[in-house]
Amino acid sequence: MVSLRRIASDFRVFGRGYLRNKFGLFFGLIFPVMLILIFGAIFSGNSSGTINVYVQNQDIGPFSTPQMDIATAFINALNSSGTVLLVPVNDTENFSNYLAEHSASDGIVIPQGFSESYLTGQQVNVTVYGNPTASTSGIVSGTVYGVITQFNLKYYNPNASSIIGMTSTTVNTEQTKYVDFLIPGLIGFSILVSPMFSLVNISSEYKKTKLFKQLSLTPLTKMEWLASKVIWYVTLTVSSFLLMVLVGIFVFDAHITLTIWLIPFLILGPMLFSSLGMLVGTVTKNPETAGIIGNIVTFPMMFLAGTFFPISSMPQYLQNIAQLLPLYYIIEGLNNVMVYGNYNGAIVDLVVVTIITVFIFLAAIRVFKWRED
Amino acid sequence: MTLRVVLTVDPIEVTSLKKIYGDIKAVDGITFSVSKGEVFALLGPNGAGKTTAIEIMEGLRKRDQGNVKVLGFDPWKEGHKLHKKIGVIPQDFTFFEKATPREAILYYSDLFGVKTNPDQLIKEVLLEDSDKVLFENLSGGQKQKTGLALALVNSPELLFLDEPTTGLDPNARRAIWEVIRGFKAQGKTIVLTTHYLDEAQQLSDRVAIMNHGQIVAIGTADEIIEQHGSGERLEIQGTEELANYIGENTELVINYNEGIISIPLKQKIDALAALAAAEQSKLDWGEIRTRRDSLDDVFVKLVSGMVDEHGEIIFENSNGSNI
Repeated sequence: MVSLRRIASDFRVFGRGYLRNKFGLFFGLIFPVMLILIFGAIFSGNSSGTINVYVQNQDIGPFSTPQMDIATAFINALNSSGTVLLVPVNDTENFSNYLAEHSASDGIVIPQGFSESYLTGQQVNVTVYGNPTASTSGIVSGTVYGVITQFNLKYYNPNASSIIGMTSTTVNTEQTKYVDFLIPGLIGFSILVSPMFSLVNISSEYKKTKLFKQLSLTPLTKMEWLASKVIWYVTLTVSSFLLMVLVGIFVFDAHITLTIWLIPFLILGPMLFSSLGMLVGTVTKNPETAGIIGNIVTFPMMFLAGTFFPISSMPQYLQNIAQLLPLYYIIEGLNNVMVYGNYNGAIVDLVVVTIITVFIFLAAIRVFKWRED
Repeated sequence: MTLRVVLTVDPIEVTSLKKIYGDIKAVDGITFSVSKGEVFALLGPNGAGKTTAIEIMEGLRKRDQGNVKVLGFDPWKEGHKLHKKIGVIPQDFTFFEKATPREAILYYSDLFGVKTNPDQLIKEVLLEDSDKVLFENLSGGQKQKTGLALALVNSPELLFLDEPTTGLDPNARRAIWEVIRGFKAQGKTIVLTTHYLDEAQQLSDRVAIMNHGQIVAIGTADEIIEQHGSGERLEIQGTEELANYIGENTELVINYNEGIISIPLKQKIDALAALAAAEQSKLDWGEIRTRRDSLDDVFVKLVSGMVDEHGEIIFENSNGSNI
């Protein structure tokens, strides 16, 4: 029978010890904030050079000659502008939903019959999607307007008004700044590092010093012991989260959304890595090996799971590797909630994180032994 | 009229206990029991199997063969019930570094779900001067006292103390003995392991000497000396030549080792015969005395060597040359 009194007591004694250890407190709370300040300051200039713009070409023909495919010529002209990087979207997709799902704010839709209208001199409009508050929105509109003008000049008819026009549609998704990625990334970093290193260390040390054996002589159970550690690291993670968000908003003017959706990630994350740390500390023979294995498990996640840089900026093969790392889904989930407002994506991440967490937690409890056979 | 039959069961009953690790028989078929209120010491060098045996009794290790009942429980299968009734200081007791003894006591009280008066426990283990010092800053003796206090939190009827004074300085050892004597005075049953002979003699009612996983002697110190000691003997300081002379001119058994001629005495008059031969030899001889084996002598004989303060055998026993 799990006893809350025992969990609370173990939580108190562990938490007090943690707070008395200035080193742990520094790495748990202060270090991630320092990282935000350092990385935020380094990359506070602008977002990436080229802007990703999603394009849906609904004018797919058929055309009797390739020269009659004006839509493709229009897209090629946009591409050659150098300011935008076009990402094609299948014409069967609902474009607004597609943008939301991909957490994108900039897009262009070329309507059906675009080429025919152009060739016959009938008015036709290209729709530009954008978020007016984002700095990229103006750049995309300007680029599209430039290409439209170029096309209109080619079909110069002094009597006709411009053939190609532009309509704008506002989307809610915002173009993100580096610091917007950095905050969820470093919250993920904090979720990973503190519980993981601490539990690897504690569980291997307690095994070596036989403190676990000693605790096994009390009514405290393995489950209660781990539960109190998880609660402690959830508390620490929430504190660290609040600090980082405050610094992000007030120092770097980060655009992040705070909703109730963050809660499951802030609970499951520390639970996952406390359990994983304990698992590593338990299966290894001594603290030295535990430290090495702990590093081997932790370091790839620390750098590849989207902590310091958005995953999308990495080469594809690294992105594939990243998807094997549990932290990836936590950081992606946090990004989906805090930055993109993409809750469908967040649910998928949450499901993955829940499954991994439950599995690792149960494995840690099962493998972890108070006593020896 | 009703007839009440009271069955007294010993708190600890161990029968043919075995624990084997690969080729090593850590505990090799030991049998003993400990009575209520008794202080029982398992004495032996490192590797004798003391800790394995005590940990099996505490429910920390699983036995391979034999029977163990502690307070009527199977320690391995019913550990959770047993642990509420026993107090334990494991070997090399340690605690959370950043907690004080007082916090440790309150923590254990919460875990056991009992109300404790920390002041009283701290006083009982003589820790008043350092109850608010972090565990990492306590001396070895103070750490052990913290362990003793924790072992008492649940008011146990049975205490297991695994090498409670190993590595402590003489003053700290005596202080711990004082605390253990206090427990004994309260009528608690105590099982302790030690490799210090004086500790076993000072504290325990009965001793079991362990070597290579087996109990080689068991009983009170006097009983062990009686059973395994060599009885009274005459010792004469002299040369090997003198030893040979006495051997040739009497019917006595003579042992010679490093300037001491040792002669077991079957009867008192044997001493007279030996001394007469010594006088007759015209050789020089020094101090004479008669003595019996002490527990030290028996221990050295039984474990084939002396142990140092860490429990390691420092030299193999040699019984001298038999003439």
